[in-house]
Amino acid sequence: MQQITMGQAVQQALFEEMRRDPDVFIAGEGVGQSIHESPIMPTYGLLKEFGPSRVKDTPVSEAAIAGLAVGSSVMGLRPVVEIMFNPFITIASDQIVNHAAKLRYLSGGKSTFPMVVRVKTGAGFGAGCQHSHNLEAWVAHCPGLKVVMPGTPADAKGLLKSAIRDDNPVIFIEDMMLYFAPGQVPKEDYSIPIGVADIKKQGKDVTVVTWSKMLGVAFKAATELSKEGIEIEIVDLRTLAPLDKETILQSVRKTGRLVILHEATRTGGFGGEIAALVAEEAFGDLKAPIKRVAAPDIPVPFSPPLEQFYIPNEGQLIQAVKTLTSL
Amino acid sequence: MTNQSKLESYETMLLIRRFEEKLTELCKMERKIPGMMILCTGQEAVAAGVCGALEKDDVIISNHRSHGHLIAKGADTKELMAEIYGKRTGCNKGKSGTLHMAVPEVNALCTTTVVGGGIPIAVGTAFAQQYKKQDQITVCFFGNGTTDEGSFHEALNMAALWNLPVIFVCENNVYAGAQRTEHITKIKDIAVRAMAYDMPGEIVDGNDAVAVYEAINSARARCLLGEGPILLECKTYRWRGHGEADHQVYQPKDEIDAWMARCPIKKLQGELMQEGLLSEQDIVRIEARVAETVESAVDFAEKSPWPDLQEALEDVYV
Ligand SMILES: Cc1ncc(C[n+]2csc(CCOP(=O)(O)OP(=O)(O)O)c2C)c(N)n1
Repeated sequence: MQQITMGQAVQQALFEEMRRDPDVFIAGEGVGQSIHESPIMPTYGLLKEFGPSRVKDTPVSEAAIAGLAVGSSVMGLRPVVEIMFNPFITIASDQIVNHAAKLRYLSGGKSTFPMVVRVKTGAGFGAGCQHSHNLEAWVAHCPGLKVVMPGTPADAKGLLKSAIRDDNPVIFIEDMMLYFAPGQVPKEDYSIPIGVADIKKQGKDVTVVTWSKMLGVAFKAATELSKEGIEIEIVDLRTLAPLDKETILQSVRKTGRLVILHEATRTGGFGGEIAALVAEEAFGDLKAPIKRVAAPDIPVPFSPPLEQFYIPNEGQLIQAVKTLTSL
Repeated sequence: MTNQSKLESYETMLLIRRFEEKLTELCKMERKIPGMMILCTGQEAVAAGVCGALEKDDVIISNHRSHGHLIAKGADTKELMAEIYGKRTGCNKGKSGTLHMAVPEVNALCTTTVVGGGIPIAVGTAFAQQYKKQDQITVCFFGNGTTDEGSFHEALNMAALWNLPVIFVCENNVYAGAQRTEHITKIKDIAVRAMAYDMPGEIVDGNDAVAVYEAINSARARCLLGEGPILLECKTYRWRGHGEADHQVYQPKDEIDAWMARCPIKKLQGELMQEGLLSEQDIVRIEARVAETVESAVDFAEKSPWPDLQEALEDVYV
């Protein structure tokens, strides 16, 4: 075990996979020579070890970067491309939504696209709404894409390895603020399967389904709630598509109560999908209505107090949990 | 360019410089200013030269490096500073911060931090100007790296096709993020890209405010005659990193020094003094005026209140 941040965990996965498989290459704006000369950033040091033929600094051209991944992957390479911030995925989205996601289907299953698109996301670094916008529900809505959103360094390393080894297009979404969050990570080569949720904390009273940075919020709330004798069970989805329905349903059947917590805005967010799933499949097990804790339906404001107001916090989660337990 | 305009450009450049030097200072002070801080230090001649040649009703569309453009277009420095602080009194009530400030009062209708995002919008504003038969034009600012985005090419093609009154101003400051121009594009001059759209592509010394002014002045006249858009490449240099947290490891020190020796403000100052339009005393007076403007902007921002949390929910819809 080693104590490293998520940025370093992503970096380790990239190093190890590039050493393991010569077909893996990376591309993106500043993945080699970066303005962030920091050893904890995900692509730090790759250029030095693997050289410019495998670490491709690209022009500012998101559509072409995504297309590069689509075209090179169908030829058998395993591209890991980076789209700098989640909102810029909109520029790459023709390639991602109309091509990466659909070309296998269109070929009748004959072609495969083993590509990974790494995307930075999350509010909290004071850059405003054109840099901070959680769009995971958009991509999760596209059949043909796998969508992964790790919440811990260990998960990030193991899931990124699986993503790189996966023969499908994977959108791998990394929360910026988590780059600096440390955690225990195995030193050895290991992978975590895509599509398997993880129960991060057992509990009997309320199921909290969450992912990515909100995992930390769930843990903070859990500590507070424990003091009052309420034990929440934290289900970390880790992967939105394909969705581990069984783990969610089992947990809800056990606790009878569900709160979904995500940073993305509420309306049309992925939380709605989980609520619908549980309403369809475990309605009879529910002792209380389902609740969502999510950001308000606004773009991420810049002003520091407003940005904090935007980000869901443990107070809101605690309140939601207590509402359900008091019913 | 009239003597009066030259003097105005000089003061504008100085104001931009001192405003941003203050921001550099504030960024070093913990928690004074949140988020990224992308400055145009060294590129002031483009902002002052371009906006100096525009009328108040002309529209500008700007990018992530907007402080100079906005100040030169006449935006209120107090409101800009308060916005950068995230205060309620900021030009965008704290919603934007430094990166995407819009100041419709001075027809700075959009500054976007999505690279390339503003260029198609400039096609739209210019279309409206043509449609309404207004004697106005649009100027769109962007960097050299931005011309690698598809949006640049789509927008220039459409603007050329419809003879829209828009000037595409490329500030070629040698870098795009940490990438040098020659590592991300094969052409040496961005201006040649205009050829593909049968649009004039001109190169001007971007550290020469007078040259930029003259180029815009004639391009504007051309636009108003209905002869269509032009692409103007201003060769300049980015003194600071891409953000104040950037240590510029990729930017050779001697390259920075060489460009700093060609400071656009010193250049114009020298010319004005030579022409007898500016004395040592004038400089002291102008410096004092500019310092006072910057100080009062900071003071205003510091003393301004934070927005109420509920204000976060406002302005999403009309
Ligand atoms: C669509 C998009 N991609 C990437 C970025 C990140 N980014 C911000 S500025 C920049 C470089 C832009 O270079 P250039 O157009 O030359 O302008 P400069 O910053 O040099 O003035 C990049 C890659 C972004 N903001 N938007």
